[in-house]
Amino acid sequence: MDARKRKKKVLLMGKSGSGKSSMRSIIFSNYVAKDVRRLGATIDVEHSHARFMGNLTLNLWDCGGQDAFMDSYLNSQRENVFTNAQVLIYVFDIESREVDRDLDTYSAVISALKQFSPSAMVFCLVHKMDLVQAEHRERIYEERCRMILTQSDSMSVETFASSIWDQTLYKAWAGIVHKMIPNLSIIERFLRAFAEQISAEEIVLFERSTFLTVTSVDTTAPKSTSEETANPNPDRHERISNIMKSYKHTVAKSTKGPSSSSVSAAGFVLYKVQTPSFNAFLARFTENTYIAVVVPPGEAAFNCAVLNTMMAKGAFLKKTGVEG
Amino acid sequence: MAKNTRQAKPRLLLMGQRRSGKSSITSVVFHKMEPQETLFLESTTRIQKDIMNSFMDFQVWDFPGQLDYFDSTFDTTQIFADIGALIWVIDAQDEYSDSLARLTTTIINLQNTFPHINVEVFVHKTDSLNEDFRSDIFQDVVQRVGDDLNDAGYINPNVSYHLTSIYDSSIFEALSSVIQKLIPELDVLQNLLDTLINNSGMTKAYLFDILSKIYVASDTRPVDSDIYEICANYIDLTVDFTDLYNYPRDDPKSLGEQMEEVESSMTFEDGKMVYLKEMNKHLCLVTVIQNKEAKDKKGLIDYNVHIFQDALKAVFERAWEKTGGEVTGEGQSSARPEQNSLET
Repeated sequence: MDARKRKKKVLLMGKSGSGKSSMRSIIFSNYVAKDVRRLGATIDVEHSHARFMGNLTLNLWDCGGQDAFMDSYLNSQRENVFTNAQVLIYVFDIESREVDRDLDTYSAVISALKQFSPSAMVFCLVHKMDLVQAEHRERIYEERCRMILTQSDSMSVETFASSIWDQTLYKAWAGIVHKMIPNLSIIERFLRAFAEQISAEEIVLFERSTFLTVTSVDTTAPKSTSEETANPNPDRHERISNIMKSYKHTVAKSTKGPSSSSVSAAGFVLYKVQTPSFNAFLARFTENTYIAVVVPPGEAAFNCAVLNTMMAKGAFLKKTGVEG
Repeated sequence: MAKNTRQAKPRLLLMGQRRSGKSSITSVVFHKMEPQETLFLESTTRIQKDIMNSFMDFQVWDFPGQLDYFDSTFDTTQIFADIGALIWVIDAQDEYSDSLARLTTTIINLQNTFPHINVEVFVHKTDSLNEDFRSDIFQDVVQRVGDDLNDAGYINPNVSYHLTSIYDSSIFEALSSVIQKLIPELDVLQNLLDTLINNSGMTKAYLFDILSKIYVASDTRPVDSDIYEICANYIDLTVDFTDLYNYPRDDPKSLGEQMEEVESSMTFEDGKMVYLKEMNKHLCLVTVIQNKEAKDKKGLIDYNVHIFQDALKAVFERAWEKTGGEVTGEGQSSARPEQNSLET
């Protein structure tokens, strides 16, 4: 595959102060949620690259949302900004007082996108959901989604509710990234076959630096309904991302040295937990992934599963050609 | 008998001026409230008694700040008779002269009737103060209380001081050291932990109360708050992770034999290893091993920890038998508070 194709242009847009740079910093730059208040306003477009699973590079265009910038994206820079975009992530601030105006801007962005990159995927994040009282969240979110969909001009749009203060942020971004990974079906087939080999209940693949869920297979699910699984925690993968990332920060804090390098040194190689009702481990799998495996109890079988997983690495790389 | 054991619960008393942060401390440490949410706590209007059912059952009494305990209508004996420690909370961000004056009166009053009580002064809400200012205030408090007590004729009273904040681990560390003074088995536990870490190449080992993340004992090497945080947060990590998959299964499968307790470990790129093992319902051992060879010798570590677990069991069984009054005049001769209270 040629390098150009692997680079996906991702536009990150939304009103000024809606939280675009905050989430980018948490997901891709290892910020802690409470540190993002230090971020200033984004001026014009900030470009950044995020390597994801080796052969997928996200070319992030974090577009400052102040009106003047918005104007120039839609007019003078229109072609430059919107051509060749694979993904548009549009962030709505749930607390915004000018909903109609937000939607107007949104529909202008959508029409520009339709003009230059008609095949792009659109994801709308209804952000800062933590500011809404828990009992109203569902209703307000759905109302907002309906309004967004009416303005989306027949582009296919997916919406997520998110907040940087809990795991919903990881859910939203994992959902977005999941759509962009090449060879996903091959990876899933491999994992399912492997899960059966080691009698695993569940296998989850995470991206290494962001800890976003890449994909997962669950053998406890009845074959007919792939959505329904035995585990009563549907948000467990996002929670794992959240838990692991916050522990990484604890460890990084104590590993003295410049912050950026210590965060990567604080990475773990293997996490094991054995309980009477299940055994699980999370291990560095390939260069860019972590793998989480959950198996029924049994000490010897568990140790075998750990070893087998390490040995399956080679086969995984060869079969899926993920890291090239 | 049942009544007696209830009285033997070491009691922690939380006192201080109103709005100094007493209820916030109990909420954060014992009820797992997020520190930010304590802003919304109502002020306490009556004595709030919390009973913690943990490895040792202790009570926390949260006192409303405006009460005058030495008013004749209060039965001081009833309040202070069995308490283990009096925690006096001072708001470091506020004017604290009044609080100090009341603290010294309280100490002086207590010295006459209940000299065995440990007085622990928490210089609280120190999170927003810068380092220099923080230690100035701390010095000031220590100095003024010490002087006042000296003037009143009490040299070397039973008072210790701690800098605390609910926004970091300092409150947990301070409470840990308060509670450790109330544990009669502390010396034995420390000895056991020392033996364990010296023989297993561990950097530091903590015996934690799982619910409150207070540590009951640690080895005698100097405390490093970074390592404390690595260990304490590791409990969170493991508890949270376990919660996600610990649901009742319809047809529980098993692939072989396994121990009853939860065990967990994490190895890092630099070779460091964090190891956790559940000791009993309430306690778990968490330790950090810096040695790179740790991951290859995990079997040996498992074995050592298992022996430690047996020893721990023996220590606490003995304590239970003693409170049951079945063993007399045997074992350690050190005076135990609960034993004394039973025999009198």
